[in-house]
Amino acid sequence: MIEEENQYIPFAHTIMEVIKHTHIEYTFRLEYADAKHVIPGQFFEISLPQFGEAPISVSGIGENSIDFTIRSTGVVTDELFTYTTGDQLLIRGPYGNGFIADNYKGAELVVIAGGTGVSPVKSIIDYFGNHNEEVKNMQIITGFKSREDMLFTSDFARWQNQMHVTLTFDKGDESVDNIGLVTKYIPLLEVEDLTTAQAIVVGPPIMMKFAVRGLLERGYKEENIWISHERRMSCGIGKCGHCRVNDTYICLDGPVFNYTVGKDLID
Amino acid sequence: MTYTLQKQAMDNLFQSWSKDYLIYGPTLIKNTGRFSDTDSVRYDKLTSIDQLEFDKKSDYSFKDIIFPISEMLFSYDATGTHIPEPKHQGALVFLRACDTHALTRLDQIFLENGKPDFYYKRLRENLKIVLLPCRTSFENCFCVSMKSNIPHQFDYALEVKDGAYILNTQASSLSALLKKEKTIDYTVPFVTSNTVVVEHAKKIDVAALTKSEMWREYDSRCINCGRCNLVCPTCTCWTMQDIHYSDNKSAGERRRIHASCMVDNFDRVAGNHVYRPKNGDRMRYKTLHKVYDHKLRFGVDLCVGCGRCDDICPEYISFSNILNKVAQESK
Repeated sequence: MIEEENQYIPFAHTIMEVIKHTHIEYTFRLEYADAKHVIPGQFFEISLPQFGEAPISVSGIGENSIDFTIRSTGVVTDELFTYTTGDQLLIRGPYGNGFIADNYKGAELVVIAGGTGVSPVKSIIDYFGNHNEEVKNMQIITGFKSREDMLFTSDFARWQNQMHVTLTFDKGDESVDNIGLVTKYIPLLEVEDLTTAQAIVVGPPIMMKFAVRGLLERGYKEENIWISHERRMSCGIGKCGHCRVNDTYICLDGPVFNYTVGKDLID
Repeated sequence: MTYTLQKQAMDNLFQSWSKDYLIYGPTLIKNTGRFSDTDSVRYDKLTSIDQLEFDKKSDYSFKDIIFPISEMLFSYDATGTHIPEPKHQGALVFLRACDTHALTRLDQIFLENGKPDFYYKRLRENLKIVLLPCRTSFENCFCVSMKSNIPHQFDYALEVKDGAYILNTQASSLSALLKKEKTIDYTVPFVTSNTVVVEHAKKIDVAALTKSEMWREYDSRCINCGRCNLVCPTCTCWTMQDIHYSDNKSAGERRRIHASCMVDNFDRVAGNHVYRPKNGDRMRYKTLHKVYDHKLRFGVDLCVGCGRCDDICPEYISFSNILNKVAQESK
């Protein structure tokens, strides 16, 4: 029996850095030699023996590293927050389809993301930030509950120079920040050609629903809207059944879906 | 070739099988039924043909022979991870016609949905099937409606008639053992009608059916115990579970255990969002998987009509009745 066939065995990777965004949201940067084969929007199963596994999106792809930005909300993630630089994390992956850059090349692109939903789209924002010439007009609309809940502060500073950034908070000081939901800014988007303009929407289910509605009202085409779904998973490889919705396995067929496909999924 | 075997010849054959295979079959276990002083029929390792239950439908399915209820994926300790040996190198299992079809559904999930599953594959690889033909339908069966009454692949068929065993086989490896036995003309029987008949919806509108009031009955009537999933030969969902040893917390096991889409937490995600909080919606999710969703992906219905979910339900919910309601709602 060849051990390589066994997809359930996780592999140890060293934590290079822990970036603390808020007291419940950290980014773990792991050594990962094969980072160039990881696609933005893909996920890994992060494995903590005794506590189990959790599917986590890749939030950054470096030369020899991958990032996971994690909110401490469950048994596995709570334990993870005790890990620090130099510790080893067991992971297996990458899984899922991810955001394929070719789908957006040459078009105007807006990425709309809310809260931890910024994590799965962060590496595609990074990609087009660094390859600005590949898209016509890169815009992002991102929302967090408040300034205190904001993630990726230093990345936003870089993005401000690379693209049009709208950063908004659900609550806060209106004299300092944009206050309001991401949907408020969709009618203000500058778009030249609505027949080809592309949009990526990731966030809590209710935010995705209203953001997509806003885009459609704005004149975006369904086939030019892309969403990423989150479901419970045990395996990430099409076996455990938890993430199945209708005839679709989020882990195998997603988590990224064109809206024409993703809109019909009924849990 | 079909042989009639007397007891001694059957015992010899059984012994010959047991040299190469662990033998699993339905067997009657006294006083383990759902009511006092009743029995149940469950799959177990057999050491003699006398333990095999020929006449009753098994209450539980065969699936845990190749998809154990609890299966260690690996143990871990300070030196790393260790993969356990498979629980058998080869198994021989007695199945009904519907179960031979159920096996193809298990294969679809574990071998064809993404890459093959390491643990399933190694238990599945050397599996011999002995068909227990059904001459008459059991209670709650609707195999004819699900097109699983005609057996799928099997290596042998075995039944008892007038105190003798009738063995049908294509296998040439047995010819030395059986060369003195009497052969007969024989066609493997199967049932051609059930009392329970299920109508298939011609076209299902998932969005419309999701809104149907028919599911609300099960919000209260279903108690989400998950027994239907447990006994179903085609339910394959599982959950990862880690345990550690109390004396040495750095050592433990990662296991997978059977899961149920009817039970709480099946769909709970971080942040405590639950996609199907109501039992009626879980019933819809399960039902449509069995007769619609799986077919879209694999070309065949997942349900094989064995009726074990109806047999086991403590609330007397009839799955065949639900399927007929779906057909009515979809008209």
